[in-house]
Amino acid sequence: MSLKLKALLKSPWVFHLATGSCNNCDIETLDCLTPRFDIERFGILLAGSIKHADVLLVTGSCNRMSAERLKVLYEQVPKPCLVVGIGSCTGSRGLFIDSYNCPVPLDHIIPVDAYIPGCPPKPEAIIAGVVKLIDKVGKG
Amino acid sequence: MTLLYLLVYGFLVTAVLGLVASWVDRKVTARVQYRVGPPVLQPLIDIVKLLGKETLVPRGASRNAFLVAPLIGLAGAVAVATVLWVNQLYPDHGFTGDWIVVIYLLTIPSMSIILGGFASRNPLASIGASREMKLVLSYELPFILAMLVPVVGSGGSIRLGEILLVQQGSGAFAGNISGILALIVALLCVQAKLALVPFDAPEAETEIVHGPLIEYSGSGLAVYRLTKNMLMFILPFLLIQMFLGGFVFSGWGILWSVLKFVGILALITVIRNTNPRVRIDQAMRFFWGPMTIIAAAALVLALLGL
Repeated sequence: MSLKLKALLKSPWVFHLATGSCNNCDIETLDCLTPRFDIERFGILLAGSIKHADVLLVTGSCNRMSAERLKVLYEQVPKPCLVVGIGSCTGSRGLFIDSYNCPVPLDHIIPVDAYIPGCPPKPEAIIAGVVKLIDKVGKG
Repeated sequence: MTLLYLLVYGFLVTAVLGLVASWVDRKVTARVQYRVGPPVLQPLIDIVKLLGKETLVPRGASRNAFLVAPLIGLAGAVAVATVLWVNQLYPDHGFTGDWIVVIYLLTIPSMSIILGGFASRNPLASIGASREMKLVLSYELPFILAMLVPVVGSGGSIRLGEILLVQQGSGAFAGNISGILALIVALLCVQAKLALVPFDAPEAETEIVHGPLIEYSGSGLAVYRLTKNMLMFILPFLLIQMFLGGFVFSGWGILWSVLKFVGILALITVIRNTNPRVRIDQAMRFFWGPMTIIAAAALVLALLGL
């Protein structure tokens, strides 16, 4: 594994992007940053600007309005970067599956590296998902 | 020989100690918040990672200024560090007026942040850069007044080496009432120079998302972070040289030197963790009001020989 990727996995700065979610997943994501879970142990920091981010945490059901913004924002992340879909909405559109406004799942819009299901997923589930993603990328 | 000093002491040693200082800052912050905190190598890993990332230049930005600005800041920090290290290791190798040179060079990292912020064509970066400019204007006056106290104490010498030698002969300036007042003022100015809470209005993360650094990615951001980490070592080092008698590299002096450095760093970190952010006008009023008065009082006391 290259030094570049190794360093990336040791200090993934996350950017938190809500594409029309009901805010539950956002609250659970922010819970990971609290002292109780303390993900700074693994070098994870919350980046304010998308230009500083390595991991894009997407929540919500990607409606028609936000899908365009999502593509623009994905192009602004400096590569290499990873994308994680949090919550059932990103993967299967959850209970909005029949909505006219949620046409496709997230991976039809941008490439996704991991999905973390749950409505909303617990902070423990989010951390477990990120650990599995890091293992997967680390093994190539 | 000059190149050796610049590369080894100015850059390498300062960068390593700066990364350690940044780790101490993050670890103390974590302990204050009942967290575990990042591992020792974390600041280095962050820099290596950022160096490996793509560098994006925003559309419409002033490309050359945007890319050169971080390097100007780094060059300024390296130059200050070299002057300080040479004076620390060989107190008689300095030149008359290096005190003035250090004060001038210390504003260059701030200038580079202002330059980079305005060059990036982002409204939030412009707000951050203009706040940074106001902050520089507000803290420079009390900082220079406070820094004049050791000059008066050493009999009007503007050579850092001589200020150090006087302190080794007759005790640190922080032992006098004028010295302790000036040290307090200088410490708060250092807080503003590092743009840490309570004076982090230029980079307010929750308000204007890192201000001038918002558009930086990849190696530009890495250089800015490295500069900031180095300043985290350089500024406490300057305070120790001016007020606490510098480092001593023999016997128990080593332990005492480390204690001085970590003590000042922990003080800065605790101030940053226990205070809310002040608005830029409040910061300006604070520095031009109480801080300037205290610094002037310290100067008068120093002239009276207290």
